[in-house]
Amino acid sequence: MSMFSIFNVSGSAVSAQAQRLNVVASNMANVDTVAGPDGQAYKARQVVFQTVPMGGEATAGVKVSGVTESNVPFKRIHDPNHPSADADGYVSYSNVNPVEEMVNMISASRSYQNNIEVMNTAKSLLLKTLQLGQ
Amino acid sequence: MFANLTSGLDFHSKALVLRAERQRILASNIANADTPGYVARDFNFRDTLSQITRTDGPAATPGALRLNASSGSTHPQHLELGRSSASASTLSGTGALAYGTQTQPSVDSNSVDLDRERANFVDNSVRYESTLRFINGQSKTILSAIQGQ
Repeated sequence: MSMFSIFNVSGSAVSAQAQRLNVVASNMANVDTVAGPDGQAYKARQVVFQTVPMGGEATAGVKVSGVTESNVPFKRIHDPNHPSADADGYVSYSNVNPVEEMVNMISASRSYQNNIEVMNTAKSLLLKTLQLGQ
Repeated sequence: MFANLTSGLDFHSKALVLRAERQRILASNIANADTPGYVARDFNFRDTLSQITRTDGPAATPGALRLNASSGSTHPQHLELGRSSASASTLSGTGALAYGTQTQPSVDSNSVDLDRERANFVDNSVRYESTLRFINGQSKTILSAIQGQ
């Protein structure tokens, strides 16, 4: 196995982190959503990472094995004049916690950068190997 | 005669293959920094290299250095894997893939310490480059000896 598989490994991590960023973006966009397509308020989503073996024993990439929905109770705000208010006058907002999402976003972007850095290093090493003996 | 000339090159080519191997393993660790339950892998470069140069005959090819997933018993020149266990230090076992221990225990039992892995990665890439320069320099020396100029 050559160093070329670094691109597969880091590439899988980059795409997994990009998917995580996507999920964070949709959560942040729906912070104040009252009703989703099913009539219910939006539920915060989270990706689940899983290791994927790629060839050698210690060569392992990442994939997103699934997306889970948070079961935290919806935010309920008393607003009887709201069109989506229930019989008691409460409106259910999405259960997204913006602070958690911001932390998640920073973590995902740092991991993304790390893996890009790894690919850059591997690329420059391979280029130098190509110039061997010249 | 010619074997004397190229024996140094042979050693450095083995070191280069091992460096590339370690680079790949460290890349896997960094890729899995956020995966729950993943355990960091690494090997002791010094011990592995000395084991390879000890066991390899003069006619050995670098291809025999390939880390083989199947316990390494099929060929005497294959590295043996999977018989070491993690100790208090970050690495254990000679010439085998070891498991990294958690420096700061986390709830998801992921044992990748990103700072450690990145430091190792940069260190390994610098050493890879220096090995490349050794090979370059030695091949230039051989060439100038052949040309006699």
